[in-house]
Order: sequence, then structure tokens, then C-alpha cells
Amino acid sequence: MQPLFRSRRDRLDRLRRQREEAVEAAARREAAAHGGSQTCPGCGAECSNQELVKTEYVCPHCGYHLPIGAYLRLSLLLDPFSFRELWPELTAPNALDFPGYEGKLAAQREKTALSDAAVAAVGKLDGHQGVFAVLDSRFFMGSMGVAVGEKITRAAEYARKHRLPLIIFSASGGARMQEGILSLMQMAKTSAAIERFSKAGGLYISVFTHPTTGGVTASFASLGDITLAEPGALIGFAGPRVIQQTIGQELPQGFQRAEYLEDHGFVDQIVPRGEMRKTLSQLLALHRKGVFHR
Amino acid sequence: MSKLTAAQRVKLARTPGRPGTLDFVQHLFTDVFVCKGDRLGREDPSIFGAVARFHGRPVTVLGHRKGRTFEENMKCNFGMPSPDGYRKAQRLMRQAEKFGRPIITFIDTPGAYPGLEAEAGGQGEAIASCLALMSGLTVPVIAVVIGEGGSGGALALAVGNRVIMLENAVYSVLSPEGFASILWKDAGRAEEAAGVMKLTAADLLKLGVADQVIPEPEEGAHTDPEVVYAAVDRAIVRHLSQLEKERDLAAQRYQKFRAMGAVREETEA
Ligand SMILES: [Zn+2]
Repeated sequence: MQPLFRSRRDRLDRLRRQREEAVEAAARREAAAHGGSQTCPGCGAECSNQELVKTEYVCPHCGYHLPIGAYLRLSLLLDPFSFRELWPELTAPNALDFPGYEGKLAAQREKTALSDAAVAAVGKLDGHQGVFAVLDSRFFMGSMGVAVGEKITRAAEYARKHRLPLIIFSASGGARMQEGILSLMQMAKTSAAIERFSKAGGLYISVFTHPTTGGVTASFASLGDITLAEPGALIGFAGPRVIQQTIGQELPQGFQRAEYLEDHGFVDQIVPRGEMRKTLSQLLALHRKGVFHR
Repeated sequence: MSKLTAAQRVKLARTPGRPGTLDFVQHLFTDVFVCKGDRLGREDPSIFGAVARFHGRPVTVLGHRKGRTFEENMKCNFGMPSPDGYRKAQRLMRQAEKFGRPIITFIDTPGAYPGLEAEAGGQGEAIASCLALMSGLTVPVIAVVIGEGGSGGALALAVGNRVIMLENAVYSVLSPEGFASILWKDAGRAEEAAGVMKLTAADLLKLGVADQVIPEPEEGAHTDPEVVYAAVDRAIVRHLSQLEKERDLAAQRYQKFRAMGAVREETEA
């Protein structure tokens, strides 16, 4: 396809997505992408997509939280018609001339209709205005390259400028290897933006979803004023395989899961998907600036 | 500068006799007072911390420590810090901020330790907090990459107003071995990985990650370390005096890292 056509088509795709923001519509698209049913990675049960739409993609048999895309996540959280996507066209070039990277990026875009692994939006959750950013693990495992780093940084800067709370849902395999050192530098860039936002008095709620590891765990995802996690989410700096190779022994049951992090003091609360909206609403209300603020 | 391949430089950066953090501390600073402990119940020898004088002026010094002998290597976990080390670094950075002392860091680590205890202790959180804290400091921060700059474990001490690299030092998102094993499922292709990763000092200068490259003797820093100590000393003096004229060092540092990585953006039709 010609690049011009492709970019026009992508733009139309995005405009369409922004209109179709109701839960049902987004969930139906998700269902269509996976056919009639999915096998639960938690218990192996065959779950029909009709069923999963109703449970917000949580296994009705064992409670396993299946990964969901960024737009579906936003549609589950935000009030209908309150959603405005920020910087939807943001991408990063192949700055290191890494062999084959452009082709891989194009394939990921084709597969997911995303421009890169992060989606940012300004919108209302239960009437509370906020800036929301969501990583999408379907795009290059949600890895952070320059585009993701830039979007998170802009989200924090936008929230600071407009004095809005910032809510980020992480899901990431870590750094985008093909962007090498520049991807590493995004850890410093995003952390610096969160720090500035924090010093300006902004509220940042970080939510870990399955799986979040590497450079995202070691930067903005670990800097929340409030830190939440979905049940069973794998959260860590080093990946389990690397750790196993390093120490040469089996990893304990439940290691690096959300519950393990809660036990070790790195998560305020584990919140099931079905209660996330209510919990965030409560937190946003608790931090609403009133007469006693400052 | 010499014409070595990236893989050859990786080898040089890891040469056992290469000057490490302690060597630079010994040759560049006087009145060195070593500071230990994170005040949370732990001491991690793989991160060195001290208050010392640099040309008579009090500074805070931090750096990765690999150790010289096998015994020291073991004690320092081969330069792979635990969360405790990063929390000690944070404590000493806050202290430097309190007393208005410039911070000089020496970067030389294969990466933060990927182990059970390190994960239980919040390796990710410890590194993230270092990055956030460093980004907002109002004192001058100069980072010198002297050997291996491996991943987030290196960056955690390298959010500087200036980042200086020795000619044969390397700095990368992951070790070439790790990179090859993740991308190609074959750690044996590490040399090939080094070639495409853009991890040499010259590459990083071009990418704007490094601000200055300090040449090394033909066969590497360990063959004539005195020359290298003197060159690093001159570089730090020069950058410190430049930074003293900056009005807002936190803003300068923010902008420096904010600019890393260009993006594209189509305007909406
Ligand atoms: Zn199940």
C-alpha cells in the first residue's frame, strides 16, 4: 500500500475508534479479533468471548485477568463520550538504523492498528477529569522506545500544565531493544517528568498490569503516589528467565506476582479489574483539591 | 582515537586490570571519607560512596565497584548492585543536595543484580527512585562512564548535567550477550550484537547521550592509567566550572534528557 493511503487509512481508523468508545463496541472488536472463544492461561478452561465481554476479560472460572488492549482498557474506565486521545500520531524513527526494525514496526502497526505501544487520553472517570496513559502489550510486548517514553513524558507534562491527576496503566516487556541506548534514556526522561509533576503537587496513580518488567518497572511505573496492581500480574525488574539462569535454581511459587509485591511492600492494593473504576473514582475524589488544600 | 571494533571495546571495558572507581577516587580526590549504609538495615559494597575534596572543594563521590581480587569481586557481587546500594546512593545524593556539594559519579557495572533477594527488595523501585531524585537535584552532577555502562543499573547513577565517557567504555540498554539472547535467542552472537547496538563512546557522542569522550592510550586505559586520571581530572574541572555558571541546573538536566530521541508526528488533517 502507498504510504499516503496507509496514513490516511490509519487516521480514519483512529477517528472511528474515537467514536466507538462504548464498552460493548470495544469489547466486540476484541472478541472479533480472537474468534469465538479463548483458552484461559490460568486454568485452561475454554471461555466464550460473549462471556468474557461481560466479565471484562476476567476468567469466570478462576479469575485470571487476560491482557486487554489500550482502547478497551480506556473504554472500561472512562465515562462515555468523555474521551479525547492525545498525540495519536506520535511515532519514533529507526534512529539507530537497526536492521529490519522498520519492517517489524510496520507489521506491528498492521496487526494492532496502534501507532506504537502507548495510548494517552484526557477524559473523565466518574466525572473526575484526568490524564490517562495505557501501555498495550500487543504492540512489541508494550516495550518502551522513544515513542512510548515521549508519550508518557508528554502525558505528565500535560497533566502538570493543566493541573490534572495522572493515571498510568503499565504492561511492558521492558526496553525496546531495537532502539538501544535511546530506549534506556527514556527511563530517565519519563522519571524526570514524573518527578516534576510530583513536585508541582500532582497526583499520580500507577497501575501494574500483567506483565510489567524491565525499564518500565525501573522508571515511571514505580513512582506512583498510589500504586495498584491487577491480581496475578507479573511485576519485576529482571525477567523470571534471566533470574533463573543467574541463580540456577527454581523460582518460588508466586514469585514476582502482584500478591508477592504487595507482601513485600511495593503495592498499596491489588484491585480486580471489575473494581478498578470504583477504586480510581474513590482515590480521585480523596485527592480532589478542596478548601483545606495547601 | 584507535580503530577498534565495538566488540573489541567491550572486551577492553571489561579488562580486569582496567582502572575502576576506587582507582579514580584515589587519584582524583583528597580527604576521602567513605560513607556506608542505606539506613534501612543494609550496606551494599558494590556501590561506593564518599565525601571528599576535589581540587580542595568538598564533593560527593558515588560509583560502581567491582573489586580487584576474587574475594573483593564476590563481596561486590562483580559490580552488580542490590536495591540497598541504590538506596544508599539516594541517601548520599540527598545529603549532597543539603550541603550544596557537586556530585561526581563513576559508572562501571554489568547491570543491577538479577536475583531473588534483589527483586524482593524492589530493584525496580530503587532504580526508578534514583532516576527521579537525580533528575531534580539543584547541585551539579557529572557522570563518568569508565568501563561498562550496563542498563538501568548504570543509568541509576548517570542522570548527570554532563555525561563523560572514556574512549573504550561502553554504555548500552543491555549487555551484548543479553541483547543477542533476547533478540536472536543466541547469546553466542554477542560480538555481532555489539556491532549493531551503537554502544561505543563515539556512537554515544553522536547520539547526544555522551557530552565528551576522553581518549585512552592505544592499548587501553590500564596500560597508562596516569594519563587517563589526568585527562578525567581536567574534564571534570572544566565541566564543573561551566556548570557553576548555569542558573538552573535541574532545568538544564531536565532538558538534556528530555531531548533524547527524536519523534515524528503527522499533523491531523
Ligand atoms: Zn481461568
